[in-house]
Amino acid sequence: MALLDVQNLKTYYTTLRGFVKAVDEVDFRIEKGEALGLAGESGCGKTTVALSILRILPSGGRIVEGKILFKDDDLVQLGETQIRKNIRWKGISIVFQGAMNALNPVYKVGDQIIEAILTHESDVSKREATERAQKLFEMVGIEPSRADNYPHEFSGGMRQRALIAMSLACNPELLIADEPGTALDVIVQAQVLKLLRELKTKLNLTMILITHDLSIIAETCTKTAIMYAGKIVEYGDITAIFKEPLHPYAQGLLGAFPSIRAARMRMESIPGYPPDLLDPPTGCRFHPRCSYAMDVCKKVEPKLVDISKTEHRVACHLIEKA
Amino acid sequence: MTEDKVVEVKRLVKWFPIRKGFLYTFLSGRELFVHAVDDISFEVRTKEIFGLAGESGSGKTTTGRLLLRLTEPTGGNIYFHNQDITKTSDSDMRGLRRKMQMIFQDPYESLNPRMLIQDIVAEPLRVQKIGNEEEVQEKVAQGLEDVELIPPEEFLHRYPHELSGGQRQRVAVARAFVLNPEFIVADEPVSMLDVSIRAEILNLMTDLVEKFGASFLYITHDLALARHICNRLAVMYLGKIMEKAVTEKIVYEPLHPYTSALISAVPVPDPTTKRAETVIKGEIPSPVNPPSGCRFNTRCPIAEEVCRTKEPPLIDYGDEHYAACHLIRKPQWEKHMLTKH
Repeated sequence: MALLDVQNLKTYYTTLRGFVKAVDEVDFRIEKGEALGLAGESGCGKTTVALSILRILPSGGRIVEGKILFKDDDLVQLGETQIRKNIRWKGISIVFQGAMNALNPVYKVGDQIIEAILTHESDVSKREATERAQKLFEMVGIEPSRADNYPHEFSGGMRQRALIAMSLACNPELLIADEPGTALDVIVQAQVLKLLRELKTKLNLTMILITHDLSIIAETCTKTAIMYAGKIVEYGDITAIFKEPLHPYAQGLLGAFPSIRAARMRMESIPGYPPDLLDPPTGCRFHPRCSYAMDVCKKVEPKLVDISKTEHRVACHLIEKA
Repeated sequence: MTEDKVVEVKRLVKWFPIRKGFLYTFLSGRELFVHAVDDISFEVRTKEIFGLAGESGSGKTTTGRLLLRLTEPTGGNIYFHNQDITKTSDSDMRGLRRKMQMIFQDPYESLNPRMLIQDIVAEPLRVQKIGNEEEVQEKVAQGLEDVELIPPEEFLHRYPHELSGGQRQRVAVARAFVLNPEFIVADEPVSMLDVSIRAEILNLMTDLVEKFGASFLYITHDLALARHICNRLAVMYLGKIMEKAVTEKIVYEPLHPYTSALISAVPVPDPTTKRAETVIKGEIPSPVNPPSGCRFNTRCPIAEEVCRTKEPPLIDYGDEHYAACHLIRKPQWEKHMLTKH
């Protein structure tokens, strides 16, 4: 049985101008020990998926429909207290985007981790929590003595490491990492990703990696879901998708990521701009930017269909026809 | 060979003083400086795209600004068409800026929110007093068309906030090209943009550079993009150039350990290739007190004693492949030594 099974998830934000359909009919599942890469541009709904899973949507955001099955529970139906007691941090934890802003600047980094442990595990003493925080620091490669530092005394890479340490404080089964490498320098980014990969193996973690950078997914994940305008357009094993992306958007996105190893070439680009989710295009949401768009694409929304036995799913009329 | 250099810098230095307060300076008897750019030399040739790559804090942005004299250098010389512009007066600089333009990183910051798009693009023409109002309008419309903001009439009377990030950056590109400049500095022009739009803006810029026969200095932290855009590359670290060569040489045959580390840290969008798991440790040190000797010695995997004491010079190891490292023993290098002695 899958560790996490998201079914037909719809999350909308209420604004003065109407509903923003940030996540619309999203389906995916993760088996234990897998790493899923959630890819897409800003505004495609990938972070909203993460916030929905943890039920920490900002005000105005609401799960309208769908199920999020985590082990035996449907997270959409669980009460706030149960979620806080049993799910957040212990079951599922998140490494937030922007290491610069996710730590509280007026508390020592170590204390913030200890606080997380004490809040969620009432049977742990302060001393035990301190020890665990020290161990976590060591595990992510920070001198345990630096626990008494304030966030501003840490470099960007160290802050990101501290956040990873914090997310692991209560031994979660599922770790969501939201843009873990963004805003870091290449070398530091490589260090952080290496750390994540090592931790994943060591702790047998299940991971959702949210990023706009497909090359990071190629190196870290086993499966990927590519999102566009609130919907998953292609889902499957990374080897299959990177070798032969089927959805025109996935093809375009991959073309926009030239490899440093490849011969010099002209980059492929996707014309136009992502749509306004207050009023998304009819039919396939990608049709205004798609060079293969047919009449049917403007009218009928394509379904995410399995095209092989290996769970390679694509939402595109071109594929359905073939 | 001197003919084909558009811009050349020699031993360029920029130190920013840090204000620590009078008492500190008085008592310690010294002033502190951020060594942003520390003795670098390179040239940008006619119609080439020259890339300046490095981590944040390596001094690449400062270098770009120095070239256009947006920041005053502490030392060294800048030549534009063999004319020393290091000490050129502001009023003379204004004339030169007709030929030298810049595209900034953040299109949300670099466009005046209270100006209409047509005025933003027309401003360089008006500052330089080129043409009458009719000609200005014509050039602005043409400029918007060149950056594929079509039809121009639809954008002329809008404000920047009405445009998306990609459209704004197009306006910034149009503004830079409207004077038909010979030299353009682009400072991380796509790092704020979404991936699907990034490629388009880059293609647009390289097309325009070709169309206008301009020379281009492309400042970036993204080596994968630089690889596909630049003809030549210089890798900077803590205010110094570590390696400089034709892009292919940098990517496939890096000489400097820092360049190798940087290249191997770039993720590859192909799940079947595994790159080396060796990642160098630590982060870029503070430029206030840069390490002695080779600046990279604190993170270098092969550093020796000499690296901590003596600063390595930037040496040509053959075919204009320059590197600053004590520990390079390439055949070309030995040949070079032999011919010298």
